Amino acid sequence: MQIIHSDVLIIGGGLAGLRAGLAARKRGQEVIILSLVPPKRSHSAAAQGGMQASLGNSARGRGDNEDVHFEDTVRGSDWGNDQLVARMFAHTAPKAVRELAAWGVPWNRVQAGDHTAIIDGQPVTINEATAAHGLITARDFGGTKKWRTCYVSDGTGHAMLYAVSDQSIAAGIPVHERMEAVSLIHDGTRCHGAIVRNLMTGKLIAYVARATCIATGGFGRIYQSTTNAVINEGIGAAIALDTGVVPLANMEAVQFHPTAIFPAGILVTEGCRGDGGLLRDVDGHRFMPDYEPEKKELASRDVVSRRMEAHIKSGKGVRNRFGEHLWLDITLLGEQHINGKLREVKEICQHFLGIDPAHQWIPVRPAQHYSMGGIRTRPDGAAYGLDGLFSCGEAACWDLHGFNRLGGNSVAETVVSGMIVGEAMAEFCNSSAGELNVSTALIRDCWHRAADEFTTIAQSSGPENASHLMHEMQQTMSQKVGIVRHGPVLQSAVDTLKSLILRSRKIGLRRSQPGANPELVLAWRIRKMLKLALCVAEGALQRTESRGAHFREDYPQRNDAEWLKRTLAYWPDPQQTQPTLSYETLDVLTMELPPGWRGYGARDAIEHPDTGRRQAEVDVLRQQFASADRSTRQAALLDFSQQLPCHLRGDNERLGDAT
Amino acid sequence: MIPLFRHHTKASSQPRRLTLKILRYNPAELNAAPSFQAFEIDEADGMTLFIALNEIRATQDPSLQFDFVCRAGICGSCAMLVDGRPALACRTLTRDLSAQITLAPLPFFELIGDLSVNTGKWMRGTSERLQTWIHAVEPVSADILETPMAPELAEAIYELDRCIECGCCIAACGTAQMRPDFVGAVGLNKIARFRLDPRDQRSDDDFYELIGDDSGVFGCMSLLGCHDVCPKQLSLQTQIAFLRRKMARLGLN
Repeated sequence: MQIIHSDVLIIGGGLAGLRAGLAARKRGQEVIILSLVPPKRSHSAAAQGGMQASLGNSARGRGDNEDVHFEDTVRGSDWGNDQLVARMFAHTAPKAVRELAAWGVPWNRVQAGDHTAIIDGQPVTINEATAAHGLITARDFGGTKKWRTCYVSDGTGHAMLYAVSDQSIAAGIPVHERMEAVSLIHDGTRCHGAIVRNLMTGKLIAYVARATCIATGGFGRIYQSTTNAVINEGIGAAIALDTGVVPLANMEAVQFHPTAIFPAGILVTEGCRGDGGLLRDVDGHRFMPDYEPEKKELASRDVVSRRMEAHIKSGKGVRNRFGEHLWLDITLLGEQHINGKLREVKEICQHFLGIDPAHQWIPVRPAQHYSMGGIRTRPDGAAYGLDGLFSCGEAACWDLHGFNRLGGNSVAETVVSGMIVGEAMAEFCNSSAGELNVSTALIRDCWHRAADEFTTIAQSSGPENASHLMHEMQQTMSQKVGIVRHGPVLQSAVDTLKSLILRSRKIGLRRSQPGANPELVLAWRIRKMLKLALCVAEGALQRTESRGAHFREDYPQRNDAEWLKRTLAYWPDPQQTQPTLSYETLDVLTMELPPGWRGYGARDAIEHPDTGRRQAEVDVLRQQFASADRSTRQAALLDFSQQLPCHLRGDNERLGDAT
Repeated sequence: MIPLFRHHTKASSQPRRLTLKILRYNPAELNAAPSFQAFEIDEADGMTLFIALNEIRATQDPSLQFDFVCRAGICGSCAMLVDGRPALACRTLTRDLSAQITLAPLPFFELIGDLSVNTGKWMRGTSERLQTWIHAVEPVSADILETPMAPELAEAIYELDRCIECGCCIAACGTAQMRPDFVGAVGLNKIARFRLDPRDQRSDDDFYELIGDDSGVFGCMSLLGCHDVCPKQLSLQTQIAFLRRKMARLGLN
């Protein structure tokens, strides 16, 4: 048995994992990163439109600050997130953008003088200040009060991933590519690393580490129609669930992106609408203002996706041989803008649809896009249930996004959480709790258990076919646990998935071959993915309210009185066919922004009994500190700075601060 | 008037029967020899090689190895030889090909199995060798206003930053076939990118040390297969010519 040792083991080579690795390395820790694919191929590269940070450089971003970003994020989450985490995030995001600028990300910059933008379908002249010339500019995104989304054309994730990956090469951090963590080494209280399968040779290796971080991204591939890359199968979250002691939180909170090209499901960025693109129906009618007079196409993603599906249901969809869709019209932005700022969109339209979006409308329909839920962690990234286990990025439920993530907040979260969680891991390693005290017997046991899993599948002559089960799971999720949910339908999804779990225990392989064996990989993964699918479906079935992206036709109201709480899904016994759920309460009395209306979407929430009391407290505090500076006033409402590493606590400078 | 998207194949026509001839080789198998294997499938509307290969794996041969990640032409994982020409398989539509399609792994890179090659290992090595990161002398505080940059310059840097390290340029390179240590268009383009970036404080002398020989910019024979096959249509011809001029002048001084 080969054992590889490091201080910090990071599972996942996307933006979150790489950034966490850099933070830990900078603090002197030996870091190893595992990645399914070469890290620059990670799904982070597919983030197109941008990263939110309240720099406030551009004319339409003027007046922006952490407070506005915080409030937008909380409203976006439909009050489902952790406001402490949202504060830490909003404060650190400007630092992250500036750090990335220093690392070479070619952020688009402010051009002083007049320029024309399309706002609400009309050309508008915007004047950019001379003083702002050359600073990082921003575009509009859904659910935000200011233009806050910093961008690099529509290849933002690509540029960020390459800069951060190159930094990790500069720091000499080894990335072990084509490696898949298949189980965690643990004794029920402490995590000691992971058993890892080499996807080129099929060999199992034990990686032993003082701190282990899961940064494997989302699990969109449990759905049939998804914008996610094919590697986003959620295996990182699944091996945490397999421990039986680490919970996955809010798995029912699944985001559907309004504009995936139809039917391929490939994303075209929210920047299309942020830059002025419109949604149209079968008659060419711009329908969003009918539903959302305030934010129109730029309400939050959950709201726009829901409105689109409702509009299709009302008979206004466009029919083609694959089904029904709507149109995204960016022709009004003009060829020059599309060639410069939306070039990936243009390439995708050319290659996959054979159209030129400067002259033709793009067929779109919402598709699964993002997993708000994941491995439940504390604000420093430490996972519930196992010491020495951490998680960050989309794999984690840190809980920045609650029940709906704002566009531009996910790539921002990857780097910000990486900065914070990497530091926390270094702190942990430097503490007495971080000492490694692991027996080789435990490592061997874990190794054998993992090896047995693969051998059992490889030798099984069972009747079931893994490809078929995958297809049935994906279909069930897309059809029954999608944008609009309903109790009996969810129940039938749970029943189907439970029967699939039983069937997945009887998968047989058609071929045996040495090496990694893609058939074996699929057969092993489908069993993990089915557990995740059940966490989503069961969580959705039990949550009898509508919040953010979780919409129940039979319970259409947000119910703060009963459901201001986070779902925690455990899988204590491998023989179970569904998760064990419990809940943790969100405390209204500690909220800086007590629950209210989001500013878009329905306005019918059932109020929590503490909301009025907390609102009154907040109002008094705001008055009391009316003459204090912004950060003192804010700290009186929710003090977050102690949660951040010292070097991230400083105020963020903005243009015009001095005046 | 609603513009509709184009359909190349007529709705009424019978789907074509495609034959995909795929180079098979699993190095883990003892005594195995590379050979072509043919698979037949019905063409579907809008079918890409991503869809076709996955269908073959799901319904005909579960052992077939290939690499896809984003399946949207963004990540560069799926470069392979399509009818002899390096291309991204995920965004290659079968309707643009004949009914007989030949697929082979990219040459030059270490073969993992069938159509899967280890581009990642080579790209990391090249990054280490060419030090493809910003070399700044002074640390920058993230609390203060960022250093301004001309908007056009930021856009020009992004133009070169769009490389997705797919390996097509290396597979199409005459020099790389003869010199395994050649950094290729991907490497030279990266040098051009960092050279253009004022945040990188390396001088031309520093860059000369990295690429001023036959494994670098002087190894290029100007055949420019790289330029022809680059899926991101990077201006490789211009970048290489410009770098060569700069480096040659420096070398002569």
